[in-house]
Amino acid sequence: MKEELFASGRNIPNIDPSLNIWHWQIPSYLFLGGLAAGILFFAGVFTILGKEEQMPATVKKAPFLAPIALILGLFLLFLDLKHKLWFWQLYTTIRLESPMGWGAWVLMIMTPISLIWSASYLRDFFPSWDWKIKLLKTFEAWVIKNRVLIAWPMVIYSVILGIYTGILLSAFNARPLWNTSILGPLFLVSGMSTGAAVILLMSNNHQEKRIIGGIDILLIVIELFFITHLFMGDKAGSEAQINAVNLFLGGSFTAPFFAFVVILGLIFPALLEIMELRGYKIPIVVPAVLILLGGLIFRFLIVEAGQITKYLY
Amino acid sequence: MRYAMAIDTRKCVGCSDCVVACQTENDVPNGFCRDWVKEVVDGTYPNVSIELRSERCNHCANSPCVRCCPTGASHFEDGGIVLVEHNKCIGCGACIESCPYEARYSHPDGYVDKCTFCIHRVRQGNDPACVCVCPTRCMYFGDLEDPNSKLVNVLKNRKFKSLAPEAGTKPQIFYLL
Repeated sequence: MKEELFASGRNIPNIDPSLNIWHWQIPSYLFLGGLAAGILFFAGVFTILGKEEQMPATVKKAPFLAPIALILGLFLLFLDLKHKLWFWQLYTTIRLESPMGWGAWVLMIMTPISLIWSASYLRDFFPSWDWKIKLLKTFEAWVIKNRVLIAWPMVIYSVILGIYTGILLSAFNARPLWNTSILGPLFLVSGMSTGAAVILLMSNNHQEKRIIGGIDILLIVIELFFITHLFMGDKAGSEAQINAVNLFLGGSFTAPFFAFVVILGLIFPALLEIMELRGYKIPIVVPAVLILLGGLIFRFLIVEAGQITKYLY
Repeated sequence: MRYAMAIDTRKCVGCSDCVVACQTENDVPNGFCRDWVKEVVDGTYPNVSIELRSERCNHCANSPCVRCCPTGASHFEDGGIVLVEHNKCIGCGACIESCPYEARYSHPDGYVDKCTFCIHRVRQGNDPACVCVCPTRCMYFGDLEDPNSKLVNVLKNRKFKSLAPEAGTKPQIFYLL
């Protein structure tokens, strides 16, 4: 039996007995980032495919939420900072090695793109809207003409943004639960699934709901596969990783993870969506809200559990 | 130049003088510490072994904290000392998450703080405060690249280990066994 204690006494706030530096702001920020990435990804892809008219909620309506989510996310990131007045230094430095550094830059690129995208569709919903200044009108006309050109970087950056929400965590070698490359793809797929859920909530076009619903089912299946993959990889890893994954396989995170994320957040809504596609009358709000809640709880649990896990020495 | 430290786990009595010396020297706020003493008890009575370790930032040669810092506040100083520049730190907490040794904490003023190897003393040719006060003289501070230093000598003649080398951080505090 091995026992460790601080002979000198040590009880540093948020560090001892286990790390708790990142609170609710970071998982919420990761959720919002993934959500925006998902929404913008679908908007971009269906624009490139030339399906604006068949997929109105995907391309026109849902993207209005993306800049709101991104700005709110940036605000939460700001709330998390403990030396707030110095936050601008994020944007006076370029540090490619730091995931948080390039994440901040990706957000700085994505937020204006999403704002421009939404603004160009503003007159579709408010026909009387007037941009007043001539320059803005010319710019709007240019954007409307070149949507496919904007859609390409939007799709690419939305994938980077989605993966970044996972890599922010997976880059920490010191936290064995996070330190796996599958976390990037897992967060990307989960973010896309939450984006699809928002589109489902906003759409009133039957055909569009069918397409997005089908994509969402596929995403959920991939996500379940990635979660299994994460657990298998950690289970076959070092002792630190085995201890980490055991938090979810018998440990204190097992019940909330499997109840709220795997069953209520993934399997159950996927079944409801399958039944809906088969013609059963199911209010789409049920699976969509479950997926969104599942995605949010998933990030809370991973961030919380990851901070507990550490190297043993 | 490569500053490092060797700490003799067989001489350390766990008195915590190093902790108090650091707190005094560096004006560490109440309730916080930049170094600490860990007692590891292995086995069950009567077959017990005990190890006392004075721990602090390992000033890793491959520092995850320097790597993940988004503003460059965490950086290497001469001799490989890892420092945090207070006015560049935004308090995002990434470096605290990245440290396998939990050697960093959030200072009440907002920035992240940790052991500096007493760089202000080292630059004047003195040893860090913790090394100076140790009543059993169990700590050796010096330059790994200086073949005549006490540090190199003691590492040559004794078995030693570093903490969690599997984390790939290349820690520069060595524990003599």
